[in-house]
Amino acid sequence: MSLLSYYNYWIAIVLMMVGLYVVMSHANLVKKMIGLNVFQVAVFMLFISLGKVRGGTAPILDPAFTTYSHPLPHVLILTAIVVGVATTALGLALAVRIHEAYGTTEEQDALKRDDAESGAR
Amino acid sequence: MIEHLPALQVVIPLLAAPACVLVRHPRAAWGVFALTTLSALVISTQLFVQTIDGGVLRYALGGWPAPFGIEYVVDAANALPLLLVSLLAVAVALYAPRAVEAEIERPRIYLYYACLCLYLAGLLGIGITGDAFNVFVFLEISSLSGYALIAMGRHRRALLAAFRYLVMGTVGGTFVLIGIGLLYALTGSLNMADLAERVPALYGNRALTASLGFIAVGLAIKAAVFPLHAWQPDAYSQASSAASVLLAGAGAKIAIYAFVRYAFGVFGTDFIGDTLPLAEVLLTLGVIGMLVGSAVACFQHDVKRLLAWSSIGQIGYIVAGIGLADVQGLTAAFLHLFNHGLIKGGLFAVAGIVMLRTQGSTLDHYAGLAKRMPGTFAALLLGGLGLVGVPLTAGFVSKWALAQALISAGQWSVLAAMLVSSLLALVYVGRIIEAAWFREPPAGEAAPAAPGMSVAAWLLVLLTLWIAVDSAGLADVAGVAARGLLGGAS
Repeated sequence: MSLLSYYNYWIAIVLMMVGLYVVMSHANLVKKMIGLNVFQVAVFMLFISLGKVRGGTAPILDPAFTTYSHPLPHVLILTAIVVGVATTALGLALAVRIHEAYGTTEEQDALKRDDAESGAR
Repeated sequence: MIEHLPALQVVIPLLAAPACVLVRHPRAAWGVFALTTLSALVISTQLFVQTIDGGVLRYALGGWPAPFGIEYVVDAANALPLLLVSLLAVAVALYAPRAVEAEIERPRIYLYYACLCLYLAGLLGIGITGDAFNVFVFLEISSLSGYALIAMGRHRRALLAAFRYLVMGTVGGTFVLIGIGLLYALTGSLNMADLAERVPALYGNRALTASLGFIAVGLAIKAAVFPLHAWQPDAYSQASSAASVLLAGAGAKIAIYAFVRYAFGVFGTDFIGDTLPLAEVLLTLGVIGMLVGSAVACFQHDVKRLLAWSSIGQIGYIVAGIGLADVQGLTAAFLHLFNHGLIKGGLFAVAGIVMLRTQGSTLDHYAGLAKRMPGTFAALLLGGLGLVGVPLTAGFVSKWALAQALISAGQWSVLAAMLVSSLLALVYVGRIIEAAWFREPPAGEAAPAAPGMSVAAWLLVLLTLWIAVDSAGLADVAGVAARGLLGGAS
């Protein structure tokens, strides 16, 4: 059992870290959303790979097959994907509204504009 | 009918949200929301009465028996948070019409009520479910509607606050998801009672430790536990008045409840104390949180921000109580969870009334107002004293319980931090009182009063007073809840 035999975990963890790093390192709101999506998808892939059984087929009962993949993690992730889509839609909608209100999608610029305005008052 | 109450607790608010969208008219949407909150209160009171003496209600959703189907479980430990959420929701329903009319554009009002219904459904769902994955779903329902509610605040800064909360909240929610995934991979079960039976065999397994870590960090983000609170002051202070009552009063509390349920109801006390030093971590974070939160609150100029930072401090007390991981500590944590929810809800309600009156929430806007609105500011005074923990307030009841728990556990340094934090609370509450009572009011017309809003604020404050006078009843329930959780599964 080499470390590489757990390659599904490695991929998930590397993607997770890439996503988190993008979220933290970028001030641009759209890029933050991209990072968040990569992060979430990594977790989805982790779950889906958990349910995969080697040599297993789709869990539809058929006398020709005896080994099936575990359907429950896949169903759970279906729910989580819906949550992810809703989050992305809301996040992008907020980014659009922020662009309308501030004229920028850079977090720092938007904050500066607020500070400049309250200073001028 | 009565056996379906656990399901109705969640289903009614969930269905009310699309109903709000369909009726569209602002008044009708408010009516739907108000009826929903009333029904939620009736149901949660009924559940509370049924579980008050340690009874456990189990409800198999859709007739699928546990552990295969999703199970709703009500015992004293979640009857209390459910009651808190419903009480705050009813107060918000009284409070909302006037506040919403002033702060939300008319074409969006029905959507605002739909979001409130969804938020309520999410909070109640987290409270009632006995299924580990179901918690995640309701957590995200409440969070998503919470982001939308915050984004509808009056200033454009609210959009940034909502976005920041969305990013942190989603990371937190996904952490919880990872934790649940690891639990499932280890045990093959998602039912909490079933998990609690399978988990002890796995003590020492590294994936189990990781799972607890992910769930703890994820829920700590949602509960704004120090140092994961960065989103919270902006979110609470920028949210519109009605939403901030529910967000600040109930939102973080229910995440803490969920954490307690996972920690004690699934992983078990032994695991928290021994395998992972989570108990010490919680005590330390609680201490830092109560000191930093209260200290920063003293330097805030904006009253809503001040109250938000104060919440970070007060959450510290609850976290410290959980960190003791014994019956007394957990009892104190449940008491403070309930009391602080009511107090902070009431105070944010007062802040909203002032916002309506003076169009602002800085201390300058509070100058001299106590003479003009004596009734409202009497509520603020009583709530503020509750935050400090002055005797004869609800805050004192729970702080006293926590102090006793700390003494019997020998945690003297935590007790000292608690006293310092209470003194700091006196400072920040004192600053509001100084501004409202001892400064000269600005010249100008007084805005019309808002009876519904004052009634809501007083409702919450009077409830805290009632708890202060008749504290034994609530303390008993909190004790039953704590013993139920520490006693093992269910």
